[in-house]
Formats: sequence, C-alpha cells, structure tokens
Amino acid sequence: MESKEMRAAYADTLIELATTNRDIVVLEADLMRATGTGSFQKLFPDRLVNVGVAEANMVGVASGLSATGKIPFASTFACFASRRVFDQFFLSANYARLNVKLVGTDPGVTAAYNGGTHMPFEDLGLMRTIPGLTIVEPSDPASCAAFVRLAAAMYGCVYLRLPRKAAAFLYPAGEKFEFGRAKRLKEGKDLVFAALGSLMVGECLKAAQVLAGEGVEAGVVDVLCLKPLDEVTILTAAKATGRIISAENHQVMGGLGSAIAELLAEHRFGGGFKRIGIRDEFGEVGTQDYLVKRFGLGAPDLADAARKLMKES
Amino acid sequence: MKAERIAELERIAKEIRKLTIDEIGYLGVGHIGGAMSVVEVLTLLYHETMRVDPGYPRDPDRDWLVLSKGHAGPTLYATLALKGFFPKDWLHSLNKGGTKLPSHCDRNLTPGIDMTTGSLGQGFSAAMGIALGLSMEGRKSTVYAIIGDGESDEGQVWEAAMFAAHRKLSNLIAFTDFNKQQLDGTTKDILDLESLDDKWRAFGWFTQRVDGHDMAALDKAIQAAKAQAGRPSMIVMDTIKGKGCNFAEALLSNHNMSFGMDEARAAIAALGGAALGGDALGGDALGGDALGGDALGD
Ligand SMILES: Cc1ncc(C[n+]2csc(CCOP(=O)(O)OP(=O)(O)O)c2C)c(N)n1
Ligand SMILES: [Mg+2]
Repeated sequence: MESKEMRAAYADTLIELATTNRDIVVLEADLMRATGTGSFQKLFPDRLVNVGVAEANMVGVASGLSATGKIPFASTFACFASRRVFDQFFLSANYARLNVKLVGTDPGVTAAYNGGTHMPFEDLGLMRTIPGLTIVEPSDPASCAAFVRLAAAMYGCVYLRLPRKAAAFLYPAGEKFEFGRAKRLKEGKDLVFAALGSLMVGECLKAAQVLAGEGVEAGVVDVLCLKPLDEVTILTAAKATGRIISAENHQVMGGLGSAIAELLAEHRFGGGFKRIGIRDEFGEVGTQDYLVKRFGLGAPDLADAARKLMKES
Repeated sequence: MKAERIAELERIAKEIRKLTIDEIGYLGVGHIGGAMSVVEVLTLLYHETMRVDPGYPRDPDRDWLVLSKGHAGPTLYATLALKGFFPKDWLHSLNKGGTKLPSHCDRNLTPGIDMTTGSLGQGFSAAMGIALGLSMEGRKSTVYAIIGDGESDEGQVWEAAMFAAHRKLSNLIAFTDFNKQQLDGTTKDILDLESLDDKWRAFGWFTQRVDGHDMAALDKAIQAAKAQAGRPSMIVMDTIKGKGCNFAEALLSNHNMSFGMDEARAAIAALGGAALGGDALGGDALGGDALGGDALGD
C-alpha cells in the first residue's frame, strides 16, 4: 500500500495553498524540523514565523495575525499545543472569534521516545470543551491534505491532530471530505468500530480482518472529525449492528469514547458498547509498538473487545 | 582548586562523555548535542560541589539539582551512575519500555533525579519553589538549576527570574547552557537572546559569564555565587553544542541525531581510552580501562 509522511502531506498542502493565497502564514515554536515545514520556509521565507521555544506567544501572535486577515497555521507537539497554550488558544483565538489553525503533532503514543512528559492523552478532551471549535484527526495523507485545505477555506478556529510519521493511503487523491462527516471504510453486520486517527483506524482494519477469520463481520467507521461529530453515521452504524466500539489514541475520558457515549445515551441506544483508549493513566517512554501493547490499543485488544461484546450482547 | 583535582575532574568528565555517547548510541537516537554541552557542569556539581549521598538520594539535607533542559537527561544519568546512584548497566535501558531512564528526567523513576522536566521552562520555576521551600525550612542546602539558551525563549523563565530576585533566593545558583543553538537553528537566527548577561543583571541576578567547558573557571564562578547574599545567581556558560562527540560537534545541526554503535565507538575512541562498545555496559569492559581507574566509583 502506498504511504506518505503525514507531516509531508501537511507541509505540501500548505505550499500548494500559499502559492495562490498570500494570507497563508505558518508559525512554528522551534519545532520546524519536527513538523517538516522547512520546505515551506524555503519557498516562503517571509511567511514562516518561528517564534522560538515560546508556544504561548506563538498562539497569541497567531491570533493577532488572524485579526489582520492572515490565515495562520501554528504547530507544535500536541502536548504543548493543548496543555501549554490552552488559555491563549481558548481566549485570544476562540473566544475572540478569530481564525487560528492550531496543529498538534505527535499525539498519544506516537510521542514514543519523547516519553510521558510529551505524550498527550488529554488534548482532545481539552479541545472538545471549547465552544464552536472544529477538531480533526486525519486518518491518512489524503484526508490530511483535504482537511488542511478545508481549514484554510473556512473562517474559524481548527485543531488538527497530526502524527508526523508515514501513514498508508486509505483514500484516493480526489476523495471529498467535509467537516462533520465520517467515512464508512468497511461494512460489517455484527459490530462496528468507530476509530479516530491513522493509528487506530489501521488497528481497527487489522482487527476486523482477524475477526472475519472467526466468522465475525466487523465494520469500520473512520470518524475523522471529532467535533462536530458525525452523529448520524455513527448512530446509524451502531443501531444497524447493535454493537459499537470506539477506538482512540487518547484517554477514554473526554475524547471520542466520551463523545460516542454521550451520543448513544442521549439516543437511548440499548446495544453493546465498549471504549478502547487509555484508562486514566499517564504516558511513558518506549517504542510506539511497545506503547500500543502497553496501553491496549492494538488490533489484538480491539479483537478481544469485539469478542467480549459478541458474547455479552 | 588544585591542579591535580582539576585534572581528575576532567578525567571523570571524559568518562561521563563516553558513557553518554555509548548510552545514546546503544539506543540509536537522542539529544546528543545538548547532552554534550552540559558534561563539565554536571561533572563538577556531582563530583565536587554538591552535597549528595548516592545511598540516600532523598536526604533532606542534600543539595538539589533541577535539569530544566530535561532532554539532557542521558548526561545526568551517566553522571549519577558514575557517582554510584544506580548500576552503570542501567544506561543501556535508556528509553526502553519499562525503563527507569526515560529521555526526559523523571523524579519518580530515577534515583537521584530531583525534579521531573521536559516541558521547557517548567523546571526552572520548580527550582524557585524548591529554593523557597528549603529556605522556609531553614535548610542550608543549595539548589542548582540548568536551563538551555533556547529554553530561555519561554516567558516562564523570565517570570521565574523576577520571582527569584524579588524573593532574594540566594540559595539558588542557576546556569544557562549558552551553546548558541536551539532546535531549528542558531539562537541568533531564531530568537536573539543578546545581551543575555545584561538581561539577567537587569532582572536582579548576580550574573557571571564563563567558559562552560573550563572546570576551574566554573568552580570559581560557583564559589563566587555561593558567597553572594540576598540575590540569586546566574552563571552563563559559553558552551559548544555536541562538544567532544566528534561527529556531532562537526555538524551545525546536532540537536537530535540518529547514530549507532559504530559511530559511538569511533567517537569514544577519539576521546582516548578504549571504546566501551555496545555490550560494554552490560558486560566485561565495565570498570576496566574504559572507565579509567579508581576514583570513578565515588
Ligand atoms: C515547552 C517545550 N517546547 C518545545 C519543546 C521541544 N524541544 C526540546 S529541546 C528544544 C530546543 C531547546 O533548545 P535549548 O534550550 O537551547 O537546548 P540545547 O541546545 O541545550 O539542547 C525544543 C524546542 C520542549 N521540550 N518543551
Ligand atoms: Mg541551546
């Protein structure tokens, strides 16, 4: 399967947009080498603003730039993009009704060797409480490029959660995406996985394959947009099979698992429901593979949850 | 300090440098640049200046160190291991799943680590709190803190700077690792800090500027800082990012590098003495020539 670095999809799309739109500006806080926007800087040196290791200032500056009509994309590791600048992003950007696109890289266990201090399991939970904020976690390079374009085209703040590493293409280049729209990647009559982000979508597809070998047909919904959530697609899939499992590279509290639980409860879904994600723990250091196992995020964990759900309901 | 003692400390620094290169090379990737530039200051602090007891890491009467540029953890681990806080073979567990030595310092995992750091700027404020708490308790301990020059971009550093001067925290001695490099380039290009000494002076700190690889000069500066009353001290160290690790030092950009044991062995050999080798920390070469003689286990 063809793949591409997610950060390359991000940077390439910014270059494509900046070529025709002179308002696109990129902000970095001394992590440009990690985010990979060096290619943007080469072409548009005046439109890449590296503020140094000063994330709070970066989000404030981005807010001010957007007040003058610029369209700022500001990035840093997701731990800093959420925890470290929450007030600046909340108030100067969102409450002030400005137009800041904040990009958090290396979410959840993809922070790997940077360890627990750098491992955000709570960024989505924090962001989801900001009124009106759009939250996306693309699942492949095509959806990443598409949502960067959509974010630039829309007035309003966006939080884009972005693993840096290579991810397999799940969609063709011309695929249409929309904020608030999930994609049904795979149909299945027995249960459905609702997954967020390239890591978890990939693990769910693997789990579905394992389950198929056991005669269990599991579908996969690629959620893409945590807010606004595609309630219709998720609820319809859950009701059609009677069983749903949420899967996120994040705490089950506050993120996708919570969002789906709220949806199901409010719509009197009486079927089976399980959440895969981190259970009230801090991150720790290790390879991504080790951490996927350690925190129970892998295909075997998803398949186990599915088997239990099949027995229970 | 006597010439022999300086020579001895320089020899220990070389061993810490070798162990750190080995530690990161064994894993295959790490913050080699900023790890190398703090070797001398950590050697001097742990093997000369600070009151610490490897057998009693949480001794309430100890001196404290906050490595606020937490990504240099591997150097501190090598320093603590040589001092006897934990076995040297732990160094090969850097960043492995379940390790006690994570890339960034963690006070709950590693014996001898006084504060958890990794989000730049935060450790520095914590050091102020530790200094304040110890002085409230009437303890004679000194708190040492090390920040990066890139780290000094964080507003939090300057909030802490004002706080420490206002509170007259004279039991606090801080160092800036002024290696003129941050992650994306030189501090001059990314966010110019100069004149850094003047900034610290203006913030009310007793400020000195020294060659951060000169053991005698560093020691003198620490003594002068200790003699101060009524204000915190900042020692701005001119350093070289990647210092002493030949392949890293030769590069302009060495913040975080991938390299293996072949490069590590060659860099260690270039420092003189036997290369430790990939399995040295777990095996025979330990305590042998590579680690030099007697004084290293102290
Ligand atoms: C709050 C925060 N932002 C970003 C980072 C990522 N980061 C780690 S090291 C570094 C550069 C630090 O430069 P400097 O302080 O000069 O370190 P040194 O040169 O000593 O390695 C950055 C941006 C971080 N650890 N914490
Ligand atoms: Mg530096």
